Amino acid sequence: MTDLETPQRADAHVVPVTNAAPPTRDWRPQGGLRGVGRVLYLAALTVATLAFVYPLVWLVSAAVKPKDQVFDNRLWPREFRWQNFADVFAAGPVVQWLVNSVTVSLAAAITVTLSSALVAFGFSYFQFRYRSALFGLVLATMMLPGAVTMIPVYLIWNHVGLVNTQIPLWAQNLFGSAFYIFLLRQFFLGIPRELFDAARVDGCSYAGLFWRIALPLCRPALVIVFVFELQASWSDLLKPLIYLQTPEFFTMPRGLKQIIDGFALSGEYHWEVAMAASLVATIPMIIVFAFAQRSFLDGLATQGRQG
Amino acid sequence: MFLAPWIIGFLVFTAGPMVVSLFLSFTDYSFVQAPTPVGTSNYAQLFSDPRIGKALGNTFIYAALFVPLGTVVSLLLGMLLLRVGRAAGFFRTAFYLPVMTPAVAAAGMFLMLLNGQNGLVNHVLGWVGIQGPQWTTDPAWLKPSLAMVSLWTVGGSIVIFLAALKNVPQQLYEAALLDGAGPVRRFFSVTLPMISGTVFFIVITHTISALQMFDQAYTMFYGPQQKATASDDSLVYMVYLFQQAFQFFHMGFASAMAWLLFVIILVITAIQVRVGNRFVYYEGGPTR
Repeated sequence: MTDLETPQRADAHVVPVTNAAPPTRDWRPQGGLRGVGRVLYLAALTVATLAFVYPLVWLVSAAVKPKDQVFDNRLWPREFRWQNFADVFAAGPVVQWLVNSVTVSLAAAITVTLSSALVAFGFSYFQFRYRSALFGLVLATMMLPGAVTMIPVYLIWNHVGLVNTQIPLWAQNLFGSAFYIFLLRQFFLGIPRELFDAARVDGCSYAGLFWRIALPLCRPALVIVFVFELQASWSDLLKPLIYLQTPEFFTMPRGLKQIIDGFALSGEYHWEVAMAASLVATIPMIIVFAFAQRSFLDGLATQGRQG
Repeated sequence: MFLAPWIIGFLVFTAGPMVVSLFLSFTDYSFVQAPTPVGTSNYAQLFSDPRIGKALGNTFIYAALFVPLGTVVSLLLGMLLLRVGRAAGFFRTAFYLPVMTPAVAAAGMFLMLLNGQNGLVNHVLGWVGIQGPQWTTDPAWLKPSLAMVSLWTVGGSIVIFLAALKNVPQQLYEAALLDGAGPVRRFFSVTLPMISGTVFFIVITHTISALQMFDQAYTMFYGPQQKATASDDSLVYMVYLFQQAFQFFHMGFASAMAWLLFVIILVITAIQVRVGNRFVYYEGGPTR
């Protein structure tokens, strides 16, 4: 590729940062498919895709059906009942729940991304005694089930009077998370050492190395961590069940659980309201995914190669 | 310096709580009163409480269904996507979408889809002449239902498998083809060994998360609507632990439960690592 006379390949501008394979590669490992094989293959692909996507389509449809038609499994509702959404928002402080969830998940995702990156950078750039032992400890904590620390951590938050606030839902993320530290360290290790050394010669501080070189170069990895945590935090039910008692403080899943319990699993069996509420809880994540999916899935894929 | 956040967090939110939790597991602690030491009676109770056995059994059945199925399904779908070529991006996104759905919403939705009379799943099964079971009420089918919800969200593993499959050197397939290996032989002699590291990773992470499953089971079968007479056929370990800790406030006993879970996870992971080392092929050497 150093020879400038060589005609540039279409994908020559793609510089693999990691050990990634060239992105354009359309060889078929087992030869092209023809005839019956091709039909079977397309059928399998269609069935699989439907199995994964159709439930969400079904959810959208069920969310706008009237009560007596919600179980009819029709794709296009015979009647539209937009009132379902009004019922959802009348069922509790749903707007407040959404705001709470946005706040909590953003706080959780931002703090865990920054803190894990900081720690991961520490583990990848600096040489110090016990480094590998300490890093082993980080990895070991991944095996520890949350259940072991759940009760004492609750007692801590109770002691400082922060139970029934949203702080316990994200504040622990200020201290990094083992899995993300591991993931980000892999990326930092991929940055050529000379880059940092050159910056040091130019008088860059350690903080500068982290902030101005390491972080920008690891954007894809940061996106993965951010989206992972945003989703995990948005979806989490256990912590809100433990920490939140006042409905105004609920996050969306906690509120959604209450709506499903109240509307669908007891009393009048208003499944349509439960489904509309589920849709309301899902849409924000779909929007996030729509924006982040490309770099997120690409990043996830490189991660798989290293893992 | 850079490690400070993690070290502080480790001490305050992991190491400290671990010590406290171990201490609590030898006490009777109801949250309102100070803990009173009771020796090993909490641990003895782990073996005498029938609900522990039930919850462990349910969790193991769920894990035994989900871990192999989840791994095989995501590998198969990964292989399916590998052949798509340029449109793989679209399908990858489609398979990942369910992962973004909050667990509570997915669980609520599957309660309807799996409904014995009118659910979509049984409706579709009816097309091919299968009378579907009462997924959400028949004690024998509750665990498969939970596994099904989890199967719907294996998108992450699909993406990871797809990437691993793309990384298998093409020359190996060409060589195998020249040696006259058929598709099945090529899969077992080339593909599987080359992605064994990824398979191993997926199996271990699936196992650890399956043993701690909470959200789906709790959404689908527990909560205020739960009937007093409800059976324990859907009781998974984390749900029972949560009940003991934060509904019955038996925090000492719940701590002992947590340690039992930790030991179980350690033992199972250790076995998997052992077995894995025999089969996993690492590039650049037969073993690490």
